[in-house]
Parts: sequence; structure tokens; C-alpha cells
Amino acid sequence: MKELVELFLTFAKVGVMTFGGGMAMLPILQREVVENKGWATDEELTDYFAIGQCTPGIIAVNTATFIGQKQKGVWGGIVATLGIVFPSLLIITALAGLITSFSHLEWVQNAFAGIRVCVCVLIFNATLKLWQGAVKDVWGALIFAAVLAASLLTEISPVLFVLAAAVAGVVIRCVGGGKK
Amino acid sequence: MICLKLFYEFFKTGLFAIGGGLATLPFLSDMGERTGWFTRAQLADMLAVSESTPGPVGVNMATYVGFESAGVPGAVIATLGLVMPSVIVILIVASFLKAFRTNKYVDAAFYGLRPASTAMVASAGIGVVLLSLVNTAGVGLAIFQWKEIALAAVILVLTRWVPATKKLHPIVFIGAAAVVGVLFHF
Repeated sequence: MKELVELFLTFAKVGVMTFGGGMAMLPILQREVVENKGWATDEELTDYFAIGQCTPGIIAVNTATFIGQKQKGVWGGIVATLGIVFPSLLIITALAGLITSFSHLEWVQNAFAGIRVCVCVLIFNATLKLWQGAVKDVWGALIFAAVLAASLLTEISPVLFVLAAAVAGVVIRCVGGGKK
Repeated sequence: MICLKLFYEFFKTGLFAIGGGLATLPFLSDMGERTGWFTRAQLADMLAVSESTPGPVGVNMATYVGFESAGVPGAVIATLGLVMPSVIVILIVASFLKAFRTNKYVDAAFYGLRPASTAMVASAGIGVVLLSLVNTAGVGLAIFQWKEIALAAVILVLTRWVPATKKLHPIVFIGAAAVVGVLFHF
């Protein structure tokens, strides 16, 4: 029981200290989980991140589940995950209520119009970064172009793109194409 | 009823969004269009708030969207729905860790998935660009929102090419953009 509480509190702390998620979380996890608690080694953490990137879901959550599972089995995995989402639940719920009650004010609307411009640039930068890790050759570029066109021009669910792209990846590799 | 639907929608997002954080964006954009729970403008605002508050962006987005759609229970249920596929998949994968990483079919599937995931984020980004930089009701040059485009250009330069500012946290740019929006009546 004590260990479960410790898992919850440690990952809640990681959740509070993470801004942005994903790679931003790595240094914080290194300090809390590797150096302070000794729950995993640096190599294990890198492995968890790599697997977190190629399994469904948010990387932060995947990593928390992994470390929790390693410490205390299935319940450990669940408790660590609840710990990492707990601060988000509190903070966002409080903020969302506040924003909703002020959203009719003109200056608040102007502020969000400015923020949206910034969001455009942030998404553009994130896309470029993703591209570097994702598109390794001409096949990758073709998949990118096909999915981009299809998602802009059609109403097809993104779920189908994910499934089709996974199949395409396997087919391309099987016929001998595609960089390793 | 809406809670059940929220859970299902976020479970699906958690299951198919690969690569974390912004990978949930195309699914949320699709969700908003189909269910009418939130508009694209609201989604962009929620993304900005999620980037500027503690916690992983994907989790923050789920909490926020759930709250906007169905209050506090909605926030809890959306978040649990999002993380549940991760928990199930990771608990399974953890038992055969090495075999999963080195399996050539898993590797091949992800070779195809990553460009698709990137394309979907790009497509969601184009949606936000249309919303904030382009006035679809305008004619000729009036279709461009020049003030907004100028701000976007400045932020782009500061986040990509100016060594002193490009390492700054996004919250700095989000805050500055809010101030510019108020001062120049965006």
C-alpha cells in the first residue's frame, strides 16, 4: 500500500512539473524516477520512451504505466497512470470554469485570437519536428502526401488512415522497399 | 448518455493517436465536427491552454474537452477513456518487451504509421491556419488577415531562427501573443 501511494505521489509530481509532455518529460523523469527513487535505470527509461512512441496513447502515460508495472505489477501501472493525470484534472477543470465565465469579454476574445495565431506556428514547428523522425525515404513522403490530401479533402475518419498506413508500412517492407 | 459517448470517443482517440501529445489533435478535430461538442476555434483555444498549463498536452486536452462537453464528470471520464488503451496495451507489451521492439512486422507497421501521423497533425494545423489567418468571407486581398499573418511571421522567426529565443518555452510565445491580440484588437 505504501508503495502504491508513493507511486501515485511521485507521478503526480512529474505531472505537475511537465509542461508540454513527451520529450519535455524525460529530464524530470530522470531526476525523480532514476536518481531519487531508483525505480529504473537510464537505459530502461530510454527503452520505455522508444516503446511509448510506437504504442497507442500519450507517451507520458505509457511511460508511467511501464514504471508502475515494473514496481508493483498491474495495480502499480494503474496507480502510476492515475498519478500522472491527476494534476491535469485539477488544474484544467479549475481553469476551464474560469475561462468560460470570462469568454464573453472583448479583450479575452482578442487575447485568444492572438493566441490562436501562436498556436498555428507551434503546430507548424511540431509538424516539422515530427517529419524529421517520421519520413525517412520517398515511401514515407508518399504516405505523408496521401494522408494529408485525404484528410483535407475527405471526411474519412482518422482511424482508417492509421490502419491503412500500418498495412502500407508492412506491404512496403515485404516487397523490399523502405529504409530500416 | 453523453458520458458514455465521451468515454467511447476518447478511448478511440487513445487507441489510435500514436506519437503522443499533438497526435490527438486530428482525432479531436474530427470528434468536434461529428458531435458538435466544441468548435474548431474552441479546440485551438483549448490547445493553447493545454500547452500553457502543467501536465502532458494530450491529457490536458482530454480533460478540457471533457469538461467543456459535460462538466466535471465529463473531464474525469474523457481522461480515463484516453489513458485506458495505453494502460491495457502497455501492461500487455511489458510482458514481452524485447520481442515487441525487435519484431519486424511491428517495426514495418510503424514505418508506415509515423508519416501518416505527421500528415494528420499537419492537416489539423492547416485547419487552425484557415481559422486564424484567413478570412474565408473576404474577397481578393481581403481574404488574408494581415495583422494576424504579421504576428505569425514574427513568432515563426523567433521560434525557429533567433538563437536567443528559439529555446524558450511555448508558454512565453502564447503569453506574448495574447498581449499582442489585446493591444492590436485581433
